[in-house]
Amino acid sequence: MATTVTRTTQPKPRALQVLLEPYLYVSPTLLLLGLTLFVPVLIGIYYSFIHFVVYEPLNRGFAGLENYIKAFNDPIFWLSLRNTVVWTFSSLVFQLLFGLGLALLLVTPFPGQKLYQALVFLPWAVPAFLSGLTWSWLFNPVIGPLAHWAAALGLLPNADNILADPGIALIGPIIANIWFGIPFFAITLLATLTAIPKEMYEAADMDGASSWQQFRFITLPYIAPTIVITALLRTVWIANFSDLIWVMTGGGPADATQITSSYIFTVAYNKLDYGYAAAISVILLVLLVLYALIMLRLRNRLEVTT
Amino acid sequence: MKRKPLWLGARAVALTGYLVFALFPLYWIVKIALTPNKSLYSEALLPFPTSVTLENFANVFANTPFPTYFLNSVIVSLSTAFFATVLASLTAAAFSRYEFKFKNTIAFVLLLTQFFPLVIVLVPLFRVLVGVGLVDNLWGLIVVYTAINTPFATFLMKSFFDAIPRELDEAAMIDGCTRIQALLRVILPLTLPGVAATLGFVFTGAWSELLFSLMLINSESQKTFAVGLLSFIQKGAVNWGQMMAASTIALIPVILFFGFIQRYLIRGLTAGAVKG
Repeated sequence: MATTVTRTTQPKPRALQVLLEPYLYVSPTLLLLGLTLFVPVLIGIYYSFIHFVVYEPLNRGFAGLENYIKAFNDPIFWLSLRNTVVWTFSSLVFQLLFGLGLALLLVTPFPGQKLYQALVFLPWAVPAFLSGLTWSWLFNPVIGPLAHWAAALGLLPNADNILADPGIALIGPIIANIWFGIPFFAITLLATLTAIPKEMYEAADMDGASSWQQFRFITLPYIAPTIVITALLRTVWIANFSDLIWVMTGGGPADATQITSSYIFTVAYNKLDYGYAAAISVILLVLLVLYALIMLRLRNRLEVTT
Repeated sequence: MKRKPLWLGARAVALTGYLVFALFPLYWIVKIALTPNKSLYSEALLPFPTSVTLENFANVFANTPFPTYFLNSVIVSLSTAFFATVLASLTAAAFSRYEFKFKNTIAFVLLLTQFFPLVIVLVPLFRVLVGVGLVDNLWGLIVVYTAINTPFATFLMKSFFDAIPRELDEAAMIDGCTRIQALLRVILPLTLPGVAATLGFVFTGAWSELLFSLMLINSESQKTFAVGLLSFIQKGAVNWGQMMAASTIALIPVILFFGFIQRYLIRGLTAGAVKG
């Protein structure tokens, strides 16, 4: 091999250099991530234990569990946890169902499919802040049609902006999120569906299996692992994804639509209570890690039993 | 598979439904941007404007700070795309072509960054950047965005490196190249489509970012498009036509890049596994 040829001709430092090469390549990335992500996470954990409100410069210092106790007694924090669950799972379920539907439609080729895919996947490319603005304008009865349509269909008593109604406002960002997320699932599942061997369907056809039976006993088992993994990863991503909520409702009206990550942003950015924001961040981080561990455990058990 | 006419009809309806749902919101934005201001309120809810105009676009360019915001976003997104792709290519080359200690640990660390809530670093990062004078500065955003996007870009670039057979490296080295020369002269040119796709993904990601940009930027002259548009709305005096025109303009670069990275979407979405 090449190395044995060169070893006799190259001086020794070269060997050391070759050995160090991979570390040389990864070190800029690690340095940047260390300084801008990992060190700040540690600082954040430290902040969660101090009293740190920007406009109270004289009242700053170690506060023990003050910020955590504050979270425990804060009804908005609890509401935000509930909203996070509602927001994450309702977005995820509809993104997954509609995404799967679209992928199943696209798996059989049709004329003009390339152009069709480019257009139907477009929402994925729209920046989240623009998706949010677009949908909040559509819900606004002054310039958007949705409220009028909903009223005409009897879904709403009057053509009012649902984003202004604390009881149902969260539906707005959820619809925007479904719109934004369908392409993601459609693209990922389409890739998996295309990989299913055609022979399996041909054999099933010969055995007289119905379309539903083919879906139930060939397609579904084949794509199930992809669905489980993507859904698991996506849950964490959606739970952290607060741009749409921030843009569409700002967490309002009256904090009714705060999810935990948007609430953290509100506490840090509007209320300037850095210590409290850090404490809720740590709680969110712990909850997400716990969720991931439980899911992995369940998945392993599922694999053992089936 | 059997093809009954009824089934084909239902399929056509479903495909149309998806298309309408995907495009209707964007159509509505463009429609209002093209509606003349004088007829905006009388016609806002009509599906088509009775007359169209470009006055809103002209106004956005002439009378608003949007050209500055746009330029700032272009600078930030292009720089981020460049730096993240360079860092990612280096790291991905190491992952794809070398065996070394801690390789799996480092890969795990990169993956980890894709999961933790970024809001947790918002305040500490703000304080750190104040300390080094990078707050309210486009460079601060570029550094942060590069850090956020590099892990995902690394996984993407690794998939492109992995697709190139190792025999090519070996052949180049037998011909007298050193390891690094083989990478630079033989392998890197072959990954150019991958490099382009990575640039496109990172550009789109940086163009879309909102929360860090809200937190780190204050002055008019440094605002990105996302922050500029939001502050424009919060100022109160809402000019719908101009806002829609500005939004339409903000869509253009990402749509261009999107057309360009279409072929790589599956790779991109699965590489980071969690990339929005």
